[in-house]
Amino acid sequence: MNFAVIRFPGSNCDQDCLLALNALPGATAKVVWHKDSSLAGFDAVIIPGGFSYGDYLRCGAIARFSPIMQAVKKFAEDGGTVVGICNGFQILCEAGLLPGALVRNRGLHFICESTTLRVERHNSALTNATWTGTLLNIPIAHGEGCYFADDTTLRDLHHNGQILLRYADAQGRTNAAANPNGSCANIAGIRNRAGNVFGLMPHPERACDPLLGSTDGKILFQSLLAWPASPLRKHDAENLPASPLPPVSASL
Amino acid sequence: MSDPAITPELIAKHGLTAEEYERIQTTLGRDPNFTELGVFSVMWSEHCSYKNSRPELKKFPTTGPKVLVKAGEENAGVIDIGDGWAVAFKMESHNHPSAIEPFQGAATGVGGIIRDIFTMGARPVFSLNSLRFGPISRGLQSPTPEQEKEFANNRRLFAGVVNGIAHYGNCIGIPTIGGEVAFDASYSGNPLVNVFCLGILRHDQIARGGAVGVGNPVFYVGAETGRDGLAGAAFASRDLTEESKEDRPAVQVGDPFREKLLLEACLELLASGCVAGIQDMGAAGLTCSTCETASRGGTGVEIDLALVPKRETGMTPYETLLSESQERMLVIVKKGEEATVKEIFEKWDLPHAQVGEVKDDGFMRVKDNGKTVVEIPARILADEAPVYHREAAEKSLPPRLSAEDLLAKVTLPDVADVLPGLLSHPTIASKRWVWRQYDHMVRLGAAVQPGSDAAVFLVREADKILAATSDCNAVYCKQDPREGARIAVAEAARNLACSGAVPLAITDNLNFGNPHNPENFLQLRESVEGLAEACREFDTPVTGGNVSLYNQSPAGAVDPTPTVGMVGLIAEAKHITTQAFKSDGDVIFLLGPLGDELGASHLLLLADLKEGAPPHLDYALEKAVQNAVRSLIRMGLVQSAHDCSEGGLAVALAESCLSGPAPLGADISIRTPQSEIKNPLVALFNESQSRIVISVKKQNAAAVRSLLEWRKVPVSKLGVVTKNPELKVAVDDADWSWALGDLEESWGGTIGRLMGK
Repeated sequence: MNFAVIRFPGSNCDQDCLLALNALPGATAKVVWHKDSSLAGFDAVIIPGGFSYGDYLRCGAIARFSPIMQAVKKFAEDGGTVVGICNGFQILCEAGLLPGALVRNRGLHFICESTTLRVERHNSALTNATWTGTLLNIPIAHGEGCYFADDTTLRDLHHNGQILLRYADAQGRTNAAANPNGSCANIAGIRNRAGNVFGLMPHPERACDPLLGSTDGKILFQSLLAWPASPLRKHDAENLPASPLPPVSASL
Repeated sequence: MSDPAITPELIAKHGLTAEEYERIQTTLGRDPNFTELGVFSVMWSEHCSYKNSRPELKKFPTTGPKVLVKAGEENAGVIDIGDGWAVAFKMESHNHPSAIEPFQGAATGVGGIIRDIFTMGARPVFSLNSLRFGPISRGLQSPTPEQEKEFANNRRLFAGVVNGIAHYGNCIGIPTIGGEVAFDASYSGNPLVNVFCLGILRHDQIARGGAVGVGNPVFYVGAETGRDGLAGAAFASRDLTEESKEDRPAVQVGDPFREKLLLEACLELLASGCVAGIQDMGAAGLTCSTCETASRGGTGVEIDLALVPKRETGMTPYETLLSESQERMLVIVKKGEEATVKEIFEKWDLPHAQVGEVKDDGFMRVKDNGKTVVEIPARILADEAPVYHREAAEKSLPPRLSAEDLLAKVTLPDVADVLPGLLSHPTIASKRWVWRQYDHMVRLGAAVQPGSDAAVFLVREADKILAATSDCNAVYCKQDPREGARIAVAEAARNLACSGAVPLAITDNLNFGNPHNPENFLQLRESVEGLAEACREFDTPVTGGNVSLYNQSPAGAVDPTPTVGMVGLIAEAKHITTQAFKSDGDVIFLLGPLGDELGASHLLLLADLKEGAPPHLDYALEKAVQNAVRSLIRMGLVQSAHDCSEGGLAVALAESCLSGPAPLGADISIRTPQSEIKNPLVALFNESQSRIVISVKKQNAAAVRSLLEWRKVPVSKLGVVTKNPELKVAVDDADWSWALGDLEESWGGTIGRLMGK
């Protein structure tokens, strides 16, 4: 699978994503400069973390005007897989490819630490190599990673199975104490309605080497590789949550 | 607008003495004009010229088989790490700006040191910092309203500095992976912000800062010049006073996004092979970069200020030359390669302009629209600043009081309360609140979470593992600067040994008060001689660093703080060792003596007493202990290693219990020899040097012990690691036990609590 890793001025996790992806059998990753306008030959697009355009104005607000973003939109419209990590998630929200917004962390500080994530749904390109309910250990590093959306959007996300990852404690409880940044409903990662555009604040590329403490990030990348042949693909619309949405309001 | 007339007042305002002005007149053979006066003022400031410290700095060992670029030769020293790879590293202070404007002061400090590193052709891979602030709490006692006001100000400075470092480092994507923070009354209103950066490069990538090749074009690249940071170098070479707030324009404003672009563009430019010389514009901006490149290249440089990209209109030559706007570089390009510069800097959307060329006459010549405004021989500015041999006070050392005598001077609570008291002292308490705000994981290198003895970083491009630490116990230095400086080097080397590394070299940051005060100058001299001696002992040459004098407010000078940044190499990933206990049942040993020295200790600080001589450092013992721990690590016998420093053995044990992902308890029993003082406070909290707490698997305990005994390294068994959530300690017949949850509350929770999370 050929991955395009988009490099904006100010991206700083592009090299880390390349390193992590190229270490996986079956994956080849290349950098695509933001002034380019073609994604021909790529099977998936990664928008890496960093501070595109210095995060001036708002995180991701300027990057969405880069020439490459037209190509990314087209790529997504044609059903291509697009994954935004951290700043990439912010850019995808600003570009309207994902619902909601990422705002200042509840505690106002930048937070860099390991977090526990609960997989909410394994019927997705990003999570199919694991099971619903599995806990993953993947770090976050952001100042504006508090996921925010209005109640209607949150309800839609929930009922359409678009919430993929939520911050949890070591027992898998998605309570307030396990929420590092004040995100609505402890949301750490989502997908769009069509199921091909993903955004997550945690950095899977930072959890691919045992020397760094966790290899759980690999599971998400391996999921992307496995998805084209996955039998779960056919059941993408099934197994949607029947239960009501757990408490959602952000404590901002 | 015409230039002001040069009066004695104007000369004094520029920080130049009457004698220095006379010297300028003699060398030039005429009076300098206003702009030239400004140029001399910054180039002959302590910050740029080291005029008060240069004779002392010559005492450092700066050579060795691994030294590729020596201290003082270029912007940073370069050290060989094998297989054709090298590291460039340096530490620099931004104390004065941070005292006035903590966020921007610290942020631009980070920006400056990063530029120093990529100017060498190295890709910056990680940063550390060493910070000092006034007290933010009064520990066990409640503060008076007066003190509370002072503490609130110190908290503001602390929060601002940490935020500034995080802002710049996180945005540019260079991980901040460790360092130290200490709090003491001498830093109230006088914070120290020392930032360290390390970069990686191949031997053939070393870039030089000389203006070589007469006729080569001189380019200005990076951010536009504005009026910010006017004459910051001169500002940094004065005492801080009540009026210093008015110097706020001397504090620069940083833009990490611009620097990220500048970094990538410069590395791309260097890789293209079209660069003849490169120099960053840090202190003294355009002035320093033009005269230093000319002086280094043995050539002259001529520029025209009209060609310099500016962000403000109506800037005078004086302002343009003395501005310390950030994120700018001067590049001497090989003639004919001008188009390459244009292409690369346009790709990165950065301003660039050819502003002049290399000449053969040895002059720094600055024009403004063709009219010459500065014409000074470059070497006079860069290399021939006056040098002063300042007067040092008579040396006097504190009496070497015994632990008993020292304890008689203070009232301390029971051991049961002393340990939590020490653990909640902000200097000792966990700095998690700090490093959680730093992106320490970017670049996929931080193999050890910040907070352990040394930071460990995987340099993936070179397949090398580096360890780095910064250390200085300024209380020791205050009491005996020479011994304190020796200990700073020894402790840095010990921290590296505990992480499994062999030390390579150091960079230093000498923070002292006004050198005109003989007491302060004595401290500087003693510290330098102590550092130099210890560096020879540990075979770690000094690769460069920074001198920051005038760290002085109306309340007095800071405690002498010669900070040491040491870098080492770890041979294999399996040797990476941390301070946290690993598993239930592991046996805990102390390498080195049980100790009995309480002078200048944290135990006394707990009772507000800074007294006595610091512990004595015995090089032979220190090296034996360090070599032993490193060998045991390489043999795969060590589960955890942690050195005893501030707060002594009990604090080291508590930290080993608490710093793992899941805390582990310990059951400790200490037998003091007959000859020693029986007070358990001495056994638990003395700060004698050359001591390391290790834990080993039970089945290896006997082997470890006999190896150490055979090597004649002092060793005592302390106890075992347990899964019970408590630290139990017995000293002879007395015993105590602390719940790990309570200790964590003191150690892990204090700073967050004081800073309002």
